[in-house]
Amino acid sequence: MTTSTPRAWWKTGVGLVLTGLMLFPVYWMINVSFTRDQDMRASPPHLFPTNGTLDGYRAVLDQQLPYLGTSFLVGLGTVVLTVALAAPAGYALAKLRPPGGPALSFLLLIAQMIPGIIMAMGFYAIYLTLGVLNTLPGLILADTTLAVPFAVLIFTAFMSGIPDELLQAAVVDGAGRLRTFWSVVLPVSRNSIVTVSLFAFLWSWSDFIFASTLSGGGDHQPITLGIYHYIGNNNQQWNAIMATAVVASIPAAVLLILAQRYVSMGVTAGAVKD
Amino acid sequence: MPSTTETSTAVRDQGGAATAAPPGPPPSRARRPSRWWAWGFLAPVTIYLAAFYAYPLYRNVELSLREYTVRSFVQGGAPFAGLDNYRTVLTDPAFVPTLTHTVVFTAASLAFQFTIGMALALFFHQHFPLSRTLRALILVPWLLPLIVSASTWSWLLNSDSGLVNAALGVVGIDPVNWLTSPGWSLTSVIIANVWIGIPFNLVVLYSGLQAIPTEMYEASALDGATGWQRFWGITFPLLRPVSLITLLLGLVYTLKVFDLIWIMTKGGPTSSSATLATWSYRLGFGNLLPEFGPGAAIGNLLIVLALIAGLVYIRIERRQQLR
Repeated sequence: MTTSTPRAWWKTGVGLVLTGLMLFPVYWMINVSFTRDQDMRASPPHLFPTNGTLDGYRAVLDQQLPYLGTSFLVGLGTVVLTVALAAPAGYALAKLRPPGGPALSFLLLIAQMIPGIIMAMGFYAIYLTLGVLNTLPGLILADTTLAVPFAVLIFTAFMSGIPDELLQAAVVDGAGRLRTFWSVVLPVSRNSIVTVSLFAFLWSWSDFIFASTLSGGGDHQPITLGIYHYIGNNNQQWNAIMATAVVASIPAAVLLILAQRYVSMGVTAGAVKD
Repeated sequence: MPSTTETSTAVRDQGGAATAAPPGPPPSRARRPSRWWAWGFLAPVTIYLAAFYAYPLYRNVELSLREYTVRSFVQGGAPFAGLDNYRTVLTDPAFVPTLTHTVVFTAASLAFQFTIGMALALFFHQHFPLSRTLRALILVPWLLPLIVSASTWSWLLNSDSGLVNAALGVVGIDPVNWLTSPGWSLTSVIIANVWIGIPFNLVVLYSGLQAIPTEMYEASALDGATGWQRFWGITFPLLRPVSLITLLLGLVYTLKVFDLIWIMTKGGPTSSSATLATWSYRLGFGNLLPEFGPGAAIGNLLIVLALIAGLVYIRIERRQQLR
């Protein structure tokens, strides 16, 4: 598909420039994270971190590790809960087609469209009554609402691609529905499980609105709140803020490097359904 | 990883729009036995939907219909207020400006995201060396946590030390108070939001482009059509359904945008970049004395807007599936 004519390479040049422009803010974040305090307000700003410093990253190690740990735990919890809820539902909607299934799919589609601020206010009222504000399980539960509808839609789309013969063969071998699901459907659906897990982790890792409303006053605060407090408290130390931002971007970067294929799959499967 | 799944995904990936496996044939209900037992697999998610979507939504409606104070919020027993909260919000002098900001923010974000995304999709559709890698890299802004993008843009647009003002200075333009002047704050958050939204538009439109059969282009090339004619004659009409869905999804997402604006400007200065979402948050959580009732009322107005867009989206999608 790719031809190495001079014209094609010229296009690569333009592509590099366009990508560079799009990613420039990301570069700037990295650059500022290495900039010394006294150079921060230099005019014109230094385009490269000459005389770079690691102070920003030292600050991250000193102050942000608990936040990162919380985000990691919340992310893992969200992934487990999301897959546990969504995979059986996807299987049922794709292969068992119960009466009322389409109505449920429709509700899930609608659920994706509810603005987070409304969910947050409702959760706040409920959590206050139950006394689970500022707890890890509370935040995990709220964060799953970011991923579950999407996850069911993805699982449904992927699992309808499983050949019926495969499932019938399992039934012929004497496997029950549960066993078929566990030993045949799940292993075959590994790609969709990876896709769903990646997105669920990333969304819960990036969540700010639930964190700020449901965990704002507690001991278990995720990294998004870590950055937010940083901006509020010491807006002089921009290298520390940007270093935290760089560290907070690591999951997104890892996701893109390790699983680029799954990422574009997730983006398009969510939007373009055939 | 076993090679079988590898290849099957790769094939699907090249299929572009067909990244998700196509659904099987519709069930012929008459011949099948009752499948109510399948709800066993659906039970967890159904209970979950009821408990964590329906109930918070219900609580939100209830909040908007009662007169809550901090005390009654904790202890219960707030008096029923009917539509008072909605009346308060609708007659608030801030309502019209905030609604205008929401509309401007949404419309401008969509217009720029879509146009730039479309241009990039067309460019990357030409398949040159490295195009795949570069296309993947452009996804980065969309994957970053919003707080990361928002704080990076805050620093880029900083009045005194921001790079944008430094660059403007080189060209001889006076520094702009991007985030701190009422005239520019809305523009600033739109710029950041467009940047975040471009990758999504690019990826979805690109997958739409891949679904257009190449024969169509070959035929028109024989007819001697120019690139511009090809775009308006073939690409644009054939891409219409995907474009509509992209725009509608963009609309639903943009109406929801809260984090970005809150982190960059908190809706200020003097509410000059406040949207319905940030206003609702400010009323409920941003003040020392929370006003949950009006906050919830604004939230419910927002949800009506999102649902209208959502229903249009579902209608269009259904119609396309029938075709």
